[in-house]
Amino acid sequence: MQKIDHHWQRFTLKQKLSRFTVYLFFIVALVLSVRTVEIIPEFFFDAPEQMVDLFSRMWPIDFAFYPISVHDAMIETLNIATLGTLFTLIFSIPLALMNASNIVASPWAHWIARFFLVSSRSVNSLVWALLFVAIFGPGVLAGVLAIAFRSVGFVGKLLSEALEEIDMGSVEALRATGAPWGAVMLKGYWPQVKPAFFSIVLFRWDINVRESAVLGLVGAGGIGVVLNDSMNLFQWQQVAMSLLAIFAVVVAAEVVVVNIRKRLI
Amino acid sequence: MAGLNKQTASTQHNPFPRNWWVSGLWLVAAIYLVYSVNAMGLDWDRFTAGLGHADNLLSRMFPPNFSRWELLLEGLIESLEIAVISSVVGIFLSLFIGLLAARNFMPNWISTPVRGFIALCRSFHPVIIAILFVKSVGFGALAGILTLVIATIGFIAKLFAEAIEEISFKQVEAIRATGASFVSVILFAVMPQVFSRFIGFATYQFDSNLRNSTMVGIVGAGGLGGTLFSAFQRFDYDFVAAILITIIALILFWEFLSTLVRRIF
Repeated sequence: MQKIDHHWQRFTLKQKLSRFTVYLFFIVALVLSVRTVEIIPEFFFDAPEQMVDLFSRMWPIDFAFYPISVHDAMIETLNIATLGTLFTLIFSIPLALMNASNIVASPWAHWIARFFLVSSRSVNSLVWALLFVAIFGPGVLAGVLAIAFRSVGFVGKLLSEALEEIDMGSVEALRATGAPWGAVMLKGYWPQVKPAFFSIVLFRWDINVRESAVLGLVGAGGIGVVLNDSMNLFQWQQVAMSLLAIFAVVVAAEVVVVNIRKRLI
Repeated sequence: MAGLNKQTASTQHNPFPRNWWVSGLWLVAAIYLVYSVNAMGLDWDRFTAGLGHADNLLSRMFPPNFSRWELLLEGLIESLEIAVISSVVGIFLSLFIGLLAARNFMPNWISTPVRGFIALCRSFHPVIIAILFVKSVGFGALAGILTLVIATIGFIAKLFAEAIEEISFKQVEAIRATGASFVSVILFAVMPQVFSRFIGFATYQFDSNLRNSTMVGIVGAGGLGGTLFSAFQRFDYDFVAAILITIIALILFWEFLSTLVRRIF
């Protein structure tokens, strides 16, 4: 009778070792961070008390402040988010086309496109806003451009992934009829990526509504300016009103986007 | 042949019918663009005037000035510490919160309030949460860590709950049939099914925390953002360029590492 002497293992030795390295790496990073980070323990234990103090200063919410300045600033914020999302299409569609390997075959084009997409995503929208405030001065224009430049990476990357996933059959059929490049784009690629395109743009708009609410902290227009002013004046009841308005708009934007996306897909 | 010639233009079917919904949408977008550009006072003069400033700004940014590298390194290390600690703490908490929010494991009276909490964590931009934490725990890394823990919970716990809701119940039933305890069911039936997706979420969230940890400093919550903001305010644009290059390099390096990690798991 043959004895079964090897027992089943889920992972090979190499897999185990590499997983173990990743775990070890993270534990070392964590231990180093915890040991060297500058945290004042008194501040940490004091936090709940300070939070209660903050919220007690915020109450009652100053609703009279809404018609004075919150309403107009909120409309401005929504406009910044929407315009920024529309402007981002000008840059992100060409970059997405360049980055999609089934449209442009050259690896150089991919690297150039990827460089722009990654740098757009690596720089935070607040940093973009700082740069544009330095260029165009404080105001809405800086906010719109910050939103637009920040969104390029996101929209471009997801759109190029959607383009790469399409079924090439109809594109080849169109090419076989001798259709020009524009017609292949419009009738071959576009119908297949249309639902993904609208869903990506809506998703980004939802994120942009959140982001444009804070751009004002560095002077780029919208509700953030109002929030920053009331905070500098320690008018916490007005701060609470602005925060409530932001919360309401963000939730409303998300509900709208979720409902439209459900119908699209 | 006669039948073919008889066919008139009116009976021919257009293979590419116009989608009136989409055309209407583009029209609405165009009208909105004109309206909002007017409403917010964006004009071409300001834009072209700004381009001159951009030229000036760029010439002052280059060449980047790395002479104050100690300051840069200090901020970079603090950003890394914030990112590592907040990711580990946030992901650890999200494991439990995500499980509590999964509707197929928990009764409604637990999962609904937990879901509400997650939605609350998600609805505010990290910068706004950072402001509140800076008020309550003071300037420094702790405020940044707490902010990013909240941001991590808002994202990871939600995705993790959704991943748990999608698992196959056959394995859960099999483990339960052996008389295993609740903890064993979670460890041996649920975790193996969601673990690889979970690693994906975790690497993505670390990426996002890394980006955000370089930003929360703008409102005083520690890290490279504080260095960046003060460099901006002192018009040290060559140092700004050095910081931005460091941030982009850091994120590119992490993208390279994260593809390695994903290949292992």
